[in-house]
Amino acid sequence: MKRLSMTTSLTRKDPNTMCGNDLKLFVRRRAANRAGSAIFDRMQVIISVSNLSKSYASGFEALSNVTLDIRRGEIFALLGPNGAGKTTLISTICGLVRPSTGRVTVGGHDIITDFRAARALIGLVPQELTTDSFESVWATVSFSRGLFGKPPDPAHIEKVLKSLSLWDKRKSRIMTLSGGMKRRVLIAKALSHEPRILFLDEPTAGVDVELRQDMWALVRDLRETGVTIILTTHYIEEAEEMADRIGVISKGRLILVEDKVELMRKLGKKQLALHLDQRLEQIPAALAHYGLVLSDDGHELIYTYDAKKEHAGILALLRGLDEAGIAFRDLNTSQSSLEDIFVSLVKEEQ
Amino acid sequence: MNFHAIRAIYGFEMARTRRTLLQSIISPVISTSLYFVVFGAAIGSRIPEIDGVSYGAFIVPGLIMLSLLTQSTSNASFAIFFPRFAGTIYELLSAPISYAEIVVSYVGAAATKSIIVGLIILATATLFVPLQIAHPLWMLLFLVLTAVTFSLIGFIIGIWADNFEKLQLVPLLIVTPLAFLGGSFYSIDMLPPVWQTVTLFNPVVYLISGFRWSFFGIADVSVALSLGMTLLFLFIALAIVAWIFKTGYRLKT
Ligand SMILES: Nc1ncnc2c1ncn2[C@@H]1O[C@H](COP(=O)(O)OP(=O)(O)O)[C@@H](O)[C@H]1O
Ligand SMILES: [Mg+2]
Repeated sequence: MKRLSMTTSLTRKDPNTMCGNDLKLFVRRRAANRAGSAIFDRMQVIISVSNLSKSYASGFEALSNVTLDIRRGEIFALLGPNGAGKTTLISTICGLVRPSTGRVTVGGHDIITDFRAARALIGLVPQELTTDSFESVWATVSFSRGLFGKPPDPAHIEKVLKSLSLWDKRKSRIMTLSGGMKRRVLIAKALSHEPRILFLDEPTAGVDVELRQDMWALVRDLRETGVTIILTTHYIEEAEEMADRIGVISKGRLILVEDKVELMRKLGKKQLALHLDQRLEQIPAALAHYGLVLSDDGHELIYTYDAKKEHAGILALLRGLDEAGIAFRDLNTSQSSLEDIFVSLVKEEQ
Repeated sequence: MNFHAIRAIYGFEMARTRRTLLQSIISPVISTSLYFVVFGAAIGSRIPEIDGVSYGAFIVPGLIMLSLLTQSTSNASFAIFFPRFAGTIYELLSAPISYAEIVVSYVGAAATKSIIVGLIILATATLFVPLQIAHPLWMLLFLVLTAVTFSLIGFIIGIWADNFEKLQLVPLLIVTPLAFLGGSFYSIDMLPPVWQTVTLFNPVVYLISGFRWSFFGIADVSVALSLGMTLLFLFIALAIVAWIFKTGYRLKT
């Protein structure tokens, strides 16, 4: 599953590989042009945050000099522990929190001086389940569309409600719905005005498996239509599964922004630990090129390898050990997930 | 100008009114009818005419004002307090809508509702007492200005209040007493001289006096003063609302 999504994001990043060599020249050229502009589009910045800081009235600094560009059409995951400042960052971009210093533009529009143009592009799904109670689903979603300056469009509302499995509930009062359904209503409200950017603040916190999967599918569909998606989460797997790029925030500081594939490649190493029968003094020269590390007590050999080329090295290494007469009792492998990366980053920060 | 947003909020608020029809329209009609029965018929029959107007008719403008003031403040304060309380205000604050548009929508809806209530009370009154309105356009002007001003005040209360007690306290402790003591049921000439002077510090006196003048051509204070004071309250309320939005008071952190 993980692997699959990574492959798709790889091919997506390089559309050239999708064209066969046997295609006629002009077709190839056209495709290349299109790919070129697609890459250009991807690189275009849709949200630009520069030197943003936020101190609350209490004096607490929730954001500290955050600079971040979100690219048009990407899925960006903002990852961080509770209280890191994720909601504060989103709230500032959406106009709910006043920045203390710094500047934010959305679609090139300053969020303060040109707030109408900036906000019209944004759909926000808040972290908390804050819905009306007495209104019907249909009424509350239609209300949101109007609020964001769009003329009524029942066909669009119908499409949104159907895509979120809310169509049967359209006449229900919101207070009669379950938590998961209310979350869907919040998403429907955010999508009612056809935003170009969607913020999902911890969309799957406390949500059942079915809704989580629906949500992921929805996010992918939205991205297909060119919507830029920024989601916050403290579930690493969510970021790993969904995101094109990942930003890690801790204590109000953005400590890392990286392409997910790149991040996984850089830090997503696998380790093979071999527990030796007998103490080893030093690594035989024949095995030097594996870059093995011997533990201090000489009873453990650690082999670090690229997770994506796993088969290449291991069998050869084991054969090599056998030839060198090194026997082992046990072995185990571990893969550094985003979680490990994240934990080590946050630890470093502290 | 985001007309769709204004329409959405206004429509939403009016839909809320329709849902709570009994509470928002029928209850003021019933309580006003009770006032007519008690003050107009039972007690009023023992009170002589005031400036040639029967007591039953004399209290009509005051009763309408009383409802208008309490309805406007409670409608508007609840309308903006509730989204804050429920958290749904996030949507309003993140929407491409200006503060002026937010105020126009909420205050417009609250004022509309209380004007409707005022007119219904007027219609109810005609069932109890014969009424003629000397200056209908002025009557409507005072009705609208008062409804808008007190809806603005309600809006301010709804933003200031951080719990339901405070939300109800201000109308209960301030608006209702001021309306009762502002000459709803008497002409201020009927008070001892000291109290007449004290009463002039009650802003509601000017509203009721002007409104009553539009009915009967009689007033406690001059019409120009009434109108001037009404407009002054309107501008003070507007200034406070402008300050709230400028500073984000209780809305944005
Ligand atoms: N209105 C506020 N006043 C003071 N501190 C706040 C306020 N809102 C959030 N905070 C603090 O700011 C920090 C970041 O909060 P938040 O942005 O909600 O974090 P996250 O969404 O990453 O969990 C937290 O320590 C929180 O307690
Ligand atoms: Mg949060």
